[in-house]
Amino acid sequence: MHELPITESILKIVLKHAEMNSVSRVMAIHLQIGKLSDLEDEWIQRYFDYLSKGTMAEGAKLKIERMPIMVQCNVCSTSYEAEAAKLGELICPSCGQKDGTLLSGREYYIKDMEVQ
Amino acid sequence: MEDVRLIEVKEEIMADNVKVAAEVRERLRKTKTMLLNLMSSPGSGKTSLILQTVANLKDSLRLGVIEADIDSKVDAEKVAARGIPAIQLRTGGFCHLDATMVTQGIDALAVSDLDLVIIENVGNLVCPAEFDTGAHKNVMILSVPEGDDKPLKYPLMFSICDLLLINKIDYLSLSDFDMPALRKRVLVLNPRIVILEVSCKTGSGIEGWVNWLKREVEDFKGLK
Repeated sequence: MHELPITESILKIVLKHAEMNSVSRVMAIHLQIGKLSDLEDEWIQRYFDYLSKGTMAEGAKLKIERMPIMVQCNVCSTSYEAEAAKLGELICPSCGQKDGTLLSGREYYIKDMEVQ
Repeated sequence: MEDVRLIEVKEEIMADNVKVAAEVRERLRKTKTMLLNLMSSPGSGKTSLILQTVANLKDSLRLGVIEADIDSKVDAEKVAARGIPAIQLRTGGFCHLDATMVTQGIDALAVSDLDLVIIENVGNLVCPAEFDTGAHKNVMILSVPEGDDKPLKYPLMFSICDLLLINKIDYLSLSDFDMPALRKRVLVLNPRIVILEVSCKTGSGIEGWVNWLKREVEDFKGLK
């Protein structure tokens, strides 16, 4: 459900940068979104297609890069990737300890865009 | 045909909401009004907890409540019946509150006369976790019948809260809820979170919650 306001924000930022750079058309937008987020890629694109009609960004493809959930071992400080559903059963690949701390996986970022 | 070129954007998508949320926090810091955002699934006990909190604290703290529901005034009426100022925001289909909606709520309450405003967010473990409301503290409720696997399904919500209340502990004997497993799952996501076990129905554990809240408000107001 919250894809709509997030997509509105994406479009607003994209159009601002398009104007600043005298762009005639936005072809693609590169997003970085953490794997802890529940956003559905398909719905962001659908909302974007709807909201961007008649703007420079109409028809732009959203390229969504899912950023990994990174955990740091509480004992040896090794950082490693974890799956959201397995955060309760962590095992450090380096020392085997089961306790870790979340480092990242909540990103919501527009990296760059391909324009003409 | 024009060449395709790459433009660096490097912007946070939620920057607008983050900015409004920071304004809300700063405005309430000046009036020394602590804002607490209460989140949970539907039916896990947000309104019951607020009513318990009002019963315990209305003589020592000046309280206000911002209720958010998709389309109903039921919760605000229950709170207002206890003599506490309550504003009902109808989110009109939206599944969460953002900082702009919260601004409307605090505009409508006379916040400069209040020590603590509690936001009862929309019942939902997904969307409210993504939007900073401008609250100084985030609290969530997980009730025993929902199960101990919720941190695995909704990790973001558990990762952003300062305190987790496990409500309906009077149901523990009837369920296979694994409290140690739950605690461990939550602490991985958020090692700083405080976890308290309560029952809004029997009143068990409510004293611990009320004491935590009093201490936080005192710290916020700089009394200690």
